Amino acid sequence: MSEVRARTLAEKVWDDHVVVKGEDGTPDLLYIDLHLVHEVTSPQAFDGLRAAGRPVRRPDLTIATEDHNTPTLAINRPIADATSRLQIDTLRANAKEFGVRLHSLGDVEQGIVHVVGPQLGLTMPGVTVVCGDSHTSTHGAFGAMAFGIGTSEVEHVLATQTLPLKPFKTMAITVEGTLRPGVSAKDIILAVIAKIGTGGGQGYVLEYRGSAIRALSMDGRMTVCNMSIEAGARAGMVAPDETTFEYLKGRPHAPEGADWDDAIEYWKTLVTDDTAVFDAEVFLNADELEPFVTWGTNPGQGVSLSENVPDPSLIADPNDRANAERALEYMALTANTPMKEIAVDAVFMGSCTNSRIEDLRAFASIIKGQKKADNVRVMVVPGSARVRIEAEAEGIDKIVEEFGAEWRFAGCSMCLGMNPDQLAPGERCASTSNRNFEGRQGKGGRTHLVSPQVAAATAIRGTLSSPWDLQAELADAGATSKAV
Amino acid sequence: MHAVSVITGVAMPLARSNVDTDQIIPAVFLKRVTKTGFEDALFYSWRQDPDFVLNQPEYTGAKILVAGPDFGTGSSREHAVWALRDYGFDAVLSSRFGDIFRGNSGKQGLLAAQLSEADIEKIWAAIDEAPGREISVDLITKTVSVGDLRLPFAIDDYTRWRLLEGLDDIGLTLRSEAEITEFESRRASWRPKTLPVK
Repeated sequence: MSEVRARTLAEKVWDDHVVVKGEDGTPDLLYIDLHLVHEVTSPQAFDGLRAAGRPVRRPDLTIATEDHNTPTLAINRPIADATSRLQIDTLRANAKEFGVRLHSLGDVEQGIVHVVGPQLGLTMPGVTVVCGDSHTSTHGAFGAMAFGIGTSEVEHVLATQTLPLKPFKTMAITVEGTLRPGVSAKDIILAVIAKIGTGGGQGYVLEYRGSAIRALSMDGRMTVCNMSIEAGARAGMVAPDETTFEYLKGRPHAPEGADWDDAIEYWKTLVTDDTAVFDAEVFLNADELEPFVTWGTNPGQGVSLSENVPDPSLIADPNDRANAERALEYMALTANTPMKEIAVDAVFMGSCTNSRIEDLRAFASIIKGQKKADNVRVMVVPGSARVRIEAEAEGIDKIVEEFGAEWRFAGCSMCLGMNPDQLAPGERCASTSNRNFEGRQGKGGRTHLVSPQVAAATAIRGTLSSPWDLQAELADAGATSKAV
Repeated sequence: MHAVSVITGVAMPLARSNVDTDQIIPAVFLKRVTKTGFEDALFYSWRQDPDFVLNQPEYTGAKILVAGPDFGTGSSREHAVWALRDYGFDAVLSSRFGDIFRGNSGKQGLLAAQLSEADIEKIWAAIDEAPGREISVDLITKTVSVGDLRLPFAIDDYTRWRLLEGLDDIGLTLRSEAEITEFESRRASWRPKTLPVK
């Protein structure tokens, strides 16, 4: 009997895609099952193909959507910004010339590339997925090996359907316990990033494990995997299980009939072997987690909402201290201020991190029947046209509008402000997106990363708030009325 | 891609950690469909400040950027590499790089050399003493020379070889055309296909 080496989930998926094994320090040549394309990181790649006279090798493994630049209002009118329009027009011309499937603005399958892939059933366990976008890690929620690539690599995949890559190291992130009501997948990943830092995952693929991860829906797992890159890791994965299979079954591009049976048989092997060894391990207790929020200008600068703005003078590492001081200056925050006293100007509910139907449901369930705080503008942007339709069928659009918030068309929107959805200089925003970098949501804008639940509570109260604060208010109101 | 061996030029210090690619080039500049002309977009927000290091005359024409840890984290935008390259940088030194940024650099002939944090600080100190001084980054010996100092740097052997030879990745991969075709012939039918549209 031959010895089979114990392997992690990541190693199994990797091994099954090696076309040519690297030797003497050369990388493996890895086959790519699915290539997602959008308008921002692809024009120069198609130019490269044209210059070299190369075709797209596998248009049938390639799909494009328009998301980063697209407006979320008046989508039936020509895009006002000339450079945005040029980029969209360029993608349309390239897709036509090279035979690539494209879902344009107005199409029912249009939306954020990382929402569209899973919803079509194209993202599945045990496949390799790449896209010229660092949040490609999202797709790892299905037990896929999915990672962001640069434009040169986009061209490489278009031309060869492969990438030369060295295997990643593996890191287990084990989250045990039960999340309390009001605490969500977003809080798990923000806590993970705060724990290991923005560079902690560099060179690794993360595997999220443990009872708290198993209990998450696919939408929740996607939120967790989405922000793996914010911990420095190119990819994050969750082993597939019944939750995964249930989500996939019946989706347009999911396997059918005998293919489905073959797929399930294989997918069930995609778990880390009991005796496999990770290069690094991290543990987190879900029982203790509270709603989380960032205070600084990188996603690792976060605390529980019940805490205060950290005091940089207490940070030992000089680089981290200088970084924190700079961040507080940019964010216009004073050390030791309770996070919950911070007032916001805007709330953004959307992005590839939190724009799926469950995110919208969570947000809507909290704002239902309420009015938003005065002086706070609230924008709700579904991740895809399909999500928008589904939400409208459930009446979420009405709840949002009655709350006083804006109900928009699908796209990346204010996550990075490539379209008109931007913060004004100095504006402060509670955002369900993934990056609180300086100027990310608009030049001079200040971002606090939060979950949909915290975004909703914040939109009601006007200050950074958790859903628990709303319950406390209700309880107080109840006590008062009894006293009267 | 042009071949890289020894880079000698003015070294510019960037004593900040976690310089993400949104800072290297903000998203508003990603709307262009060309691959050149991004020099004016480099560090766009920070360079509005006259005191920012890029605006100091002694660093005019700098070729080597000496950055703090975790340089190039965040977004996958290769525009960050194009902007550095278009501005005239041939090498970036840091104690840690964002993975995607490092990969992108290797594709575009920008040398991303990893030194220890202590050695980065030695270089900053040396620049502090003589702003505008030239240093040398030798890819053959994997050494940075600053005056009499010789500091080793790390870079993976494959990227080093490709940079030294100036090799094009796609051309290299297409040498394995037969293996790719053979692999495709074994691809299970349940695996995803985007066409025909369903």
